[in-house]
Amino acid sequence: MEISNLTKETLIRMFKEGKRFDSRQLTELRDIEVSYNVSNKAEGSARVKIGKTEVVVGVKMAMGEPYPDSPDKGNLTVSADLLPLASPRFEMGPPDFPGIELPRLVDRIIRESHIIQLDKLVIKEGEKVWTVFIDVYPINDDGNLIDAASLGAVAALKNAKIPMLDKDGKIDYDKDSKESIPLTKDISPLSFSFFKIGDSVILDPTREEEEAADARITFGISKWNGQYVINSCQKSGEEPLTQAEIENMMSVITKKFDEVTQKLKKYI
Amino acid sequence: MRNDINEAHDAEEDISSSGSDESKKRKVVVPGEVIVSGEDYLPGEGAKRLGENIISIRFGLAEELGRVIKVIPIFGAFVPRRNNVIIGRVTDITFYGWLLDIDSASSAFLPIEESPRFVNKNEMEQFLAIGDVVSAKIWSVKSKGIDLTLKGKGLGKLEGGFIFRVIPSRVPRVIGREGSMINLIKDKTGCQITVGQNGWIWIKGDNVDAEIKARKAIEFVTDKVHIEGLTDKVEKWFEENK
Repeated sequence: MEISNLTKETLIRMFKEGKRFDSRQLTELRDIEVSYNVSNKAEGSARVKIGKTEVVVGVKMAMGEPYPDSPDKGNLTVSADLLPLASPRFEMGPPDFPGIELPRLVDRIIRESHIIQLDKLVIKEGEKVWTVFIDVYPINDDGNLIDAASLGAVAALKNAKIPMLDKDGKIDYDKDSKESIPLTKDISPLSFSFFKIGDSVILDPTREEEEAADARITFGISKWNGQYVINSCQKSGEEPLTQAEIENMMSVITKKFDEVTQKLKKYI
Repeated sequence: MRNDINEAHDAEEDISSSGSDESKKRKVVVPGEVIVSGEDYLPGEGAKRLGENIISIRFGLAEELGRVIKVIPIFGAFVPRRNNVIIGRVTDITFYGWLLDIDSASSAFLPIEESPRFVNKNEMEQFLAIGDVVSAKIWSVKSKGIDLTLKGKGLGKLEGGFIFRVIPSRVPRVIGREGSMINLIKDKTGCQITVGQNGWIWIKGDNVDAEIKARKAIEFVTDKVHIEGLTDKVEKWFEENK
């Protein structure tokens, strides 16, 4: 159901009073649940639930040629399929704008945080490297798919094992080498999407809140050597954001990063 | 806003008119499950005969109403019927009327002649603009589409408040027998509530808190459709969540 004028006005009125339909604070997150090994064909997989939003992410490894501009690095490819089963908003057919934006955002959040040491994924420089495929499948869309997808991607990467190579140098998918993908220690990127509705800024929207939003800005954030690093940032929507709003987001995002990292300790 | 309650009440009567003293057994069934066997029974909605047995074709609650066995689905899309009062959202304006999303398989058409007052064809968006919400009645359901009317008591454009969606097959439970459930929620929260047969519900209250509470109460009901004596439970819920 697309947002109606009435509901949007009510939401703006409610957010002004600092209230939400599910009695959360404006920047309060829903409960997060992570489970691993949901797919036995993937090298690593994770299922993330944020409230009613549910995303399955799989990591697949294959051998390939490196890109000409980075012969000494492995490849990373993120793709997503917005299945009609996840939401009545999604249709079959070629991907539309959100279907292209989601994997690209997840790609940037993962790549720019340097969590994967791509230079260690080289088998033979300039000829053979590992390609890491991250596939995102939303199972249920109740808003905030981007944050759920990036969290799932990180969880699946941490869960993944590189498959064994046989004598001819071919991949034997049935045996895994118990060797994880080379990840940078202590880096665990997360993304936070802020949504502006009226004059209010909220985090972790449900679907109806997301549909009412005038603007969205997604930050990829990680912590390195005790310092918060913004790895990526993308804004969409027509409404502009003020400097004060961005500064306010920055003070919120560090707190939320610590909060979510703390919560995820039992999973990762 | 009266008539929608009466209509939905008719639907509710089908479900639970057998009363508590009769053998009102509600049991959860899955498609293909044998509900009863014997020639004495007749399959109703959501059930069919297979040889000796009456089997379910829906996932829902099976019920005996005399000789008739029917299954009330727990999930299900809205199937439009004539005279249903629904809530719809304007998606497009054409030269002859408005196109509305009513959460059914095809969109519905509201002709310009069916608005309660005269609307100039050049100023149609002043009466209903895209994204506006109306409470309307289904005038006809044909293969080429659904036609609506706004002529009737309690129908028209909805002003203020908000709408949200519940699973359409659970609407009878939200309304309750003779509107008991919805009247209870209205009394306790002081909100105006209109329930469309398509599962869209409009709430307007004096303040935000009352509106949120009314929505939560309705979601409490739709989460617990399979429980009997729900009106008492909702009353208790209101006591606990003052």
